[in-house]
Amino acid sequence: MKWGVLQFPGSCDERDALNACRIAEASLGEGGGSGGSRLVWHEETDLSGLDGIVVPGGFSYGDYLRAGAIARFSPAMNAVAEFAAGGGPVLGICNGFQVLCESGLLPGALLTNERTRFICRQGDLIVGDADSPFLSELEAGTTISIPFKHQSGRFFAPPELLEEIEANNQVAFRYAPGHNPNGSLNDIAGVTNQAGNVLGLMPHPEHAVEEFSGSTDGLALFRGPALAGANA
Amino acid sequence: MSEQSAHRALGLTDHEFDLICEKMGREPNGVELAMFSLLWSEHCAYKHSRKLLRNLPTDGPRVVMGPGENAGAVDIGNGYSIAFKVESHNHPSAVEPFQGAATGVGGILRDVIALGARPIAILDSLRFGEPDTERTHYLVDGVVRGIGHYGNCMGIPTVGGEIYFEPPYEQNPLVNAMCVGIARTDEMVRAAAAGAGNKVVLFGSLTGRDGIGGASVLASAELDEGDDAKRPTVQIGDPFEESKLLECCQELLAEELLVSLQDLGAAGLTSSAGEMASAGNTGIDIDVGLVPLREADMEPFEIMVSESQERMLAVVEPSKVDAVLALCTKWQTASAVIGEVTDSGTFRILKHGETVGEIRVDDLVDGCPLYDLDPEEPAGWTYPNRVTIEDEATPSDITLSLLSSPSIASKRWAFEQYDSVVGSRTVHRAGAADAAVLNIPESGRAIAISIDGNGRRVACDPFQGTIEATLECAANLAVVGAEPLGVTNCLNFGNPEKPGVAWQLGRAVEGLAEACRALEAPVVGGNVSLYNETPQGPIYPTPVVGMVGELPDPEKVAGENWQEGDAVALVGPFDPSLAGSELEKQRGEIGKGLPVREIGPVKTAIELVRDAVRSGGVRTATDVSDGGLSTALAELSISSGIGFEGELSALIARRDCSEDDALFGEGPGGFIIAGEPAELEKLGGQGVDFELIGEVGGNELVITAGNSRVEVLVEEAAAAFDSLEDRIESDQAGLTH
Repeated sequence: MKWGVLQFPGSCDERDALNACRIAEASLGEGGGSGGSRLVWHEETDLSGLDGIVVPGGFSYGDYLRAGAIARFSPAMNAVAEFAAGGGPVLGICNGFQVLCESGLLPGALLTNERTRFICRQGDLIVGDADSPFLSELEAGTTISIPFKHQSGRFFAPPELLEEIEANNQVAFRYAPGHNPNGSLNDIAGVTNQAGNVLGLMPHPEHAVEEFSGSTDGLALFRGPALAGANA
Repeated sequence: MSEQSAHRALGLTDHEFDLICEKMGREPNGVELAMFSLLWSEHCAYKHSRKLLRNLPTDGPRVVMGPGENAGAVDIGNGYSIAFKVESHNHPSAVEPFQGAATGVGGILRDVIALGARPIAILDSLRFGEPDTERTHYLVDGVVRGIGHYGNCMGIPTVGGEIYFEPPYEQNPLVNAMCVGIARTDEMVRAAAAGAGNKVVLFGSLTGRDGIGGASVLASAELDEGDDAKRPTVQIGDPFEESKLLECCQELLAEELLVSLQDLGAAGLTSSAGEMASAGNTGIDIDVGLVPLREADMEPFEIMVSESQERMLAVVEPSKVDAVLALCTKWQTASAVIGEVTDSGTFRILKHGETVGEIRVDDLVDGCPLYDLDPEEPAGWTYPNRVTIEDEATPSDITLSLLSSPSIASKRWAFEQYDSVVGSRTVHRAGAADAAVLNIPESGRAIAISIDGNGRRVACDPFQGTIEATLECAANLAVVGAEPLGVTNCLNFGNPEKPGVAWQLGRAVEGLAEACRALEAPVVGGNVSLYNETPQGPIYPTPVVGMVGELPDPEKVAGENWQEGDAVALVGPFDPSLAGSELEKQRGEIGKGLPVREIGPVKTAIELVRDAVRSGGVRTATDVSDGGLSTALAELSISSGIGFEGELSALIARRDCSEDDALFGEGPGGFIIAGEPAELEKLGGQGVDFELIGEVGGNELVITAGNSRVEVLVEEAAAAFDSLEDRIESDQAGLTH
């Protein structure tokens, strides 16, 4: 599976996400990790040949207006919207989640943390019951440990929308009891779109793919789409 | 204002001004005087410290770049090097903590970027007054947010550091930031201009009026009342610009488009262009009319001394200029050809082709007189003491009091505001980290980094205290199985023109030299920050030592997660004394002098522990540091949630020390190791003092020392250890991002 990892000026975690994609590929025996996964420059519009997209963490264009508010207008994001509409798997991590919400590809919004400060910590997530190719290797109700780090990660949706998200089983991850770092509604750490092919989460699975980091629980998200056979 | 008084206002002495006139054969004009005042400032010329620094050991088989470059670098094999440096941003942070700290981080990152390296880690060493005043709350809040803001937005992990709270830093906090980067050794660039006719390209942020005179006004004079008026001399940081600049530099170097590269820091263009020309033995022409400006009507002198952040200067062959400018455009960063390398040996400033200033490069960069210090050892203790613990406190009370002492208590609330995992190199370890460990797949090994400096102990004895700081770094590396490769340092002192401070500075540098020589850890770079004093007096003399080491296997590092039933041993020549200790501070009894401890036996113990950790046999190790044995054992209990029972009579007998000394005394050369008894016994009989002191288990910390007994619930200890956040948390919402 060939991944494209978006790179905006101000992205921080794009090389880490690409690394995670390659480790996932290698673990699936697809070309020993040397496959065609690559960075996608924010001005690119041609995603042909790519089987999945990661919108990575960071501070796209500096995020001086509102996290993700500028990146949604980038040429690459227009292409990603088309890619997603065609059923292609799209994973948004942290700033990528914010960008996907700003783009309307995912429901809800990410507000400044309740305590207003940046927080970086290893935390537990409970896998939700969303039907998504990214979760094909993860069983609903199980707990995974991956780090989170953000200042604007408080998931918010107005009551009707929140109800709809819950009713449609669009919750991909919730913070485990006592691990909600930011005041997210319903402890929501990640959601999918209705079709399930677009998933966004605040925690960083790409930083939990190698033993030395203390956890390899994040790898499942990068293996999921290939295992689900969900190529675009 | 006449030129005669202008030079004084700019920080030059009459003697220095006369020397400038003599060298130039005339009086300098306004542009030239502004340039001289900055490059001849303490901050840029090291005029009170350069002679001393010549005594530091700088050579070693792994040294790739030593002092004099933007940062030092050591070889880590397989064609890669690690570049690193620590630098202060004390006075800007005292005046404007958020931007002062943020731009401190930004500046040290650019030093490493300028070598052609990609930064992979930031560490910080911070000093504040006691955390009970509004001023300290304001400074801590701003500094921590500023560091986080810059590092987090840049995507560079902040992986470690230390924070001490002591009264002498109340008005003059210390903000020292260390950056570590990785580069292909054969692609590293030096900051030397070369090739007459080559073009000089300025790229990055626009040049504005911010930070004008920062190096001379802020960094080279004592802080005073009314420093709010100096706020305009503090630079404003923009990590987004620097993030683009980093990626742009990496691409420029990968495409082999640059002859040399230099960052713009203190003294802006004057310093960067001057030092490039000096290092390359060339001349340089800069046309200020070509500099992209934020404000159109800037004067030539303002453009030459502006300290606007996030700018770099490169020397480029004419045929490659278009490609360089195109890459800058790709990364949405401003760029322009602003001058040319010449063979004249002269730094010429032009405005639209017309000369407005002309100085011999040698006079500007190397002409500043170097001063001998006039040291005199103070007769007694010159800093205030205050009592914060009751006479009748029991050993258990003291243990809790030490754990809640601001300098010892957990700083998790601060470090959690920093992204510590970006970059996918940070090796996760249970419990508090003595040293940060980063995976280096490029070399198939890992590096460890430690930063340390206890100003109070250095104040007691600058020579011995600085040796201890250096040994502490090496001990921190040893518990993760790392051996030192190189050292960087930041010497934070008061006004060196005062004999007492001059003595502190001289003795501290001697201590640093002696310890680094003994550890075979060359000093590859550093920074000096003088004039850290206010009308209340000087800071504690604070040499901050940063050490980078190497370890073979990141999977084999010891942590602080001991297990029920583990045996616990004390290893090393640790000979505890209350002199200069945290307890002595709380008792208000700090005085001059520290007991002399030999480096040799400490080094042997460090090597023994390092090898034991590397062999994989030792999974829990820490060194005995601030607060002594009771604190070290309590911290291990807190991080694992499991208690300990043991006794120190063997230590008391062996060292002939008091019960208080054994429980709370400090000094170098002590390690606590826990694990299977059979594994621990292997450490005995190897020429290093070794004794089993107890066993892990239960929910209580119980330590017997003669007739003294510490009995504290792990839960109580944890509450004390975690108490600092509430004490310091300011309710200011502050800037968010």
